[in-house]
Amino acid sequence: MALGDILIEVSNVAKHFGEGETRVDALRAVDLTVRAGEVVALLGPSGSGKTTLLNIIGCILAPSAGRVALDGEPVFDGRWLRRDLRRLRLDKIGFIFQAHNLLPFLTAEENVSVVLDLVGWSADKGRARARELLTYLEVGHRATVKPALLSGGEAQRVAIARALANRPRIILADEPTAALDGARAGLVMDLMRKLAVEQEACIVTVTHDEKIFDRFDRLIHLRDGHLVSA
Amino acid sequence: MADRKTGLLPGETIRLGRDRFTVVGLVEGAMNSGGDPAVYVTLADAMALQTELDPAAQRVQTARGAVSVKSASVATIIARMSPGADVDLLTATVRQWKHLAAMTQVEQEELLLASVVDKARRQIGLFLGILLSVSAVVIALIIYTMTMEKLKQIATLKLIGAPDRTIIALIVQQALILGASGWGIGLILILAVKDYFPRRVVLEPFNVMVLAGIIAAVCLLSSALGVRAAIKVDPATALGS
Repeated sequence: MALGDILIEVSNVAKHFGEGETRVDALRAVDLTVRAGEVVALLGPSGSGKTTLLNIIGCILAPSAGRVALDGEPVFDGRWLRRDLRRLRLDKIGFIFQAHNLLPFLTAEENVSVVLDLVGWSADKGRARARELLTYLEVGHRATVKPALLSGGEAQRVAIARALANRPRIILADEPTAALDGARAGLVMDLMRKLAVEQEACIVTVTHDEKIFDRFDRLIHLRDGHLVSA
Repeated sequence: MADRKTGLLPGETIRLGRDRFTVVGLVEGAMNSGGDPAVYVTLADAMALQTELDPAAQRVQTARGAVSVKSASVATIIARMSPGADVDLLTATVRQWKHLAAMTQVEQEELLLASVVDKARRQIGLFLGILLSVSAVVIALIIYTMTMEKLKQIATLKLIGAPDRTIIALIVQQALILGASGWGIGLILILAVKDYFPRRVVLEPFNVMVLAGIIAAVCLLSSALGVRAAIKVDPATALGS
């Protein structure tokens, strides 16, 4: 496990929806490699295939063809090679959402430790790790607060803490700064990058937010299901 | 002497048969086997009430030349058997006199249950069944609606790796909490108002626990609709705004 390891390897991946006249090719022969420590952005107009690619990397959507390997483990080759995809996501992937998607009936700390609870950590250990991450992301003082009482920036930092809680090596983010102003968006991206490097993880972000383009190592453009530049 | 639940007051008079009786005192918790409040009269009055006709009926009987029925001096004899005595032989012997009836304690209990308690029990059971069915539908709809409101949260849990059993447990917990709240509120209400019922309400701890078990089963059954909706949620729903 080191910086530079290939964490995401997408080879010749295609995805189409429907058949015959209604067939839509969302992705066509896409190749993509992302290494540990890298922070990359998926860009493109609506319908270009960004979310489809993110869903495939996140093992939410099965490709129609191609191969996918995550953290050195082949997970798709014409079919899923793992039966328990949720466990795979739990172990290898952290998700950050556009609208933070925190569970409203849990406190900030519980929202982070819920992932560790699912992994099988003890409650005390989970709480300690959640506190550590929240403090690191400068929202430790809001640990006992429910999401409804958090500001947009605070909620998104709690969501980042949740995504990183069990040290996954692949972080997938869907418009993580869409609800934040420019300064806060930059701060969130800086925090994500810092944690990615420290945890030897990679971050793949779908974004339209031009304010944060300079925070990425690579900008990957998609158009009509093709990867046009990287 | 009248039970307080009859609503009678000391000094009031009531007509029973051909006589008027004056209430001379009140008692608590005196009821018949069906739970209705009871009044006490002397044994002689009770036997007269049982056998004597009211004046109007008596006149009719006299007019048609019927011989007036005299009150019996003995209504019932309660016999306590020695240990080891043959009860069946005794009752069979007494029944040889065709105008007498003999019943064992078990037969008396069965007669009482069949004639008074069983019908009421069936009636209450029917109401209870209807109420539980309606409750099941209401709980199912509430749980389904609550689940539909939380689809994005459920999708998020699935996306971050929560297994189905965790999600099912959340929904079932919700249904059980709903059932437990209903059970608790119902129990408090019953305990608060049962003494104001015209009939005596007996609530045994065993019955309360059986009802809790039935409610738990109804809640489990009712949560099936919500569980089905939750299991079908696509984790990809969590992505996007």
